[in-house]
Amino acid sequence: MTCTTMELTERLLSRPSGAVARTDLAGHVAIHGALSLPKRDDRSWSDGVLRAVAESGLLGRGGAGFPSAIKWDAARRGARRPLLVVNAMEGEPASAKDRVLLSYSPHLVLDGADVAAAVIGASEVVICVADDSGPTAASVDAAIAERTRAGRSRRRFSVARPPGRYVSGEESALVAWLNTRQALPTMRIDKSVALTVGRRPTLVHNAETLSHVALIARHGAAWFRQAGTFEAPGTTLVTVTGAVRSPGVVEVALGTPVADILVRAGADAQLSGVLMGGYGGAWLDPAHLATPYAPAPLAAVGATQGVGIIVALPTGSCGIAETARIARYMAGESAGQCGPCVFGLPAIADDLELLWAGRADADLLPRIHHRADTVEGRGACRHPDGVVRLVRSAMALFADDVRAHAAGRPCPGHAAPSVMPFPATPAIRRSGS
Amino acid sequence: MSARQRVAIRVRVDPIACDAYGYCAELLPERVTLDEWGYPIVDGTPVPAELVELATRAATDCPRRAVLLERVVVGR
Ligand code: SF4
Ligand code: SF4
Repeated sequence: MTCTTMELTERLLSRPSGAVARTDLAGHVAIHGALSLPKRDDRSWSDGVLRAVAESGLLGRGGAGFPSAIKWDAARRGARRPLLVVNAMEGEPASAKDRVLLSYSPHLVLDGADVAAAVIGASEVVICVADDSGPTAASVDAAIAERTRAGRSRRRFSVARPPGRYVSGEESALVAWLNTRQALPTMRIDKSVALTVGRRPTLVHNAETLSHVALIARHGAAWFRQAGTFEAPGTTLVTVTGAVRSPGVVEVALGTPVADILVRAGADAQLSGVLMGGYGGAWLDPAHLATPYAPAPLAAVGATQGVGIIVALPTGSCGIAETARIARYMAGESAGQCGPCVFGLPAIADDLELLWAGRADADLLPRIHHRADTVEGRGACRHPDGVVRLVRSAMALFADDVRAHAAGRPCPGHAAPSVMPFPATPAIRRSGS
Repeated sequence: MSARQRVAIRVRVDPIACDAYGYCAELLPERVTLDEWGYPIVDGTPVPAELVELATRAATDCPRRAVLLERVVVGR
């Protein structure tokens, strides 16, 4: 069952017709209706919401795709009152969905956070917005003030500003930053053990995930399932850029063919590849554009939804050049803690740059694969694994170009400018050096 | 845990703590090799009884305390 009509897909991004500005509290209530929360801890209300979220089948929209209800059930069983952290770090340079959501509909995210906090018994909510996203943070600050004035806040909401780096939004890095002001991932032997800020168990949720919660709490699980597929219900936000006429964030029902999403953004008819998921994602073969946009069908063709990124690579661009640039960027975004990441990612970027330039030595191709195998799974976080996945998918999709480049004949597109959005000037920051 | 099951140990490395001293690979080459940059690549299969003592030494001798011994239940 796939629903792709506009009525069904404009949920998070719905606003008064013609409006392009931020939706304030009054406007938000006019669109979505008021949210009723219990005055104090109310077990039967919590159970009801938890059941609705479980039945809705909502999967986390932050990249991991974890069922939200399971996270909550664990959090509310603890002895201490948990802290709810809203992750709007959006460290992927090609993603804009969380910023769009918080800039235009901040109350949807705050409503979702209010619901989640009430269910798990959290007395405090911290919304993490990167320190280079000033307007987004201002929108959230204004929304919190509006709610306070309206007498709506039964718990403390605040905005935190961790550094806007690629790995800052990794769950353990975010929690580390709240504890120590160092946004570095931590080694977790057992990932099922809760993260803590101070001594409080801490639940981290992506901003988009919570905005879906806000609507499920109002309209229920059956309503949520009217869009999307059985396994992947609901809608989701996708940032589409590259060879498209209208780059930006669109809301689509999960299960919508990738080709339809590209058409909505006005993509070129011919593409040489499609970057899916983000810089730690994978290249999708344009032959597979009919693939439904949902976790399982994408995984079946080696792609990923990641954090909802689609970048269309125009014909005439070089996939090897783009992959080399991304690998170099990702090497620079390593948190600098783990040897295989610190040394392996620059080595892979070096190899790809040689290939890009048509200056490969005889061992280059096997070396790229060997180094990919070597660094995979050996960081404390999954940063290197994302690079490995992207590089492997590039070697497969652009195999003909790889052979030509390796033989010293770079394709004509190798000198084309990048279509990838990279942050202008990455700040220098490296621990231990 | 049934009668056929037993507790074994397997080696893990904390990649944040590890500084590529390489003692672990010297002591326990059966489970640890080094990559081209000198960082340990660990075979996470359970350590047989005759190697447990060496695995324990690898853990205690690591200058960074980066070698971790994890208990796992093996067998049916
Ligand atoms: S794998 Fe890389 S990014 Fe992740 S913690 Fe280690 S050094 Fe940092
Ligand atoms: S002995 Fe410790 S520091 Fe040295 S390589 Fe092994 S784990 Fe790393």
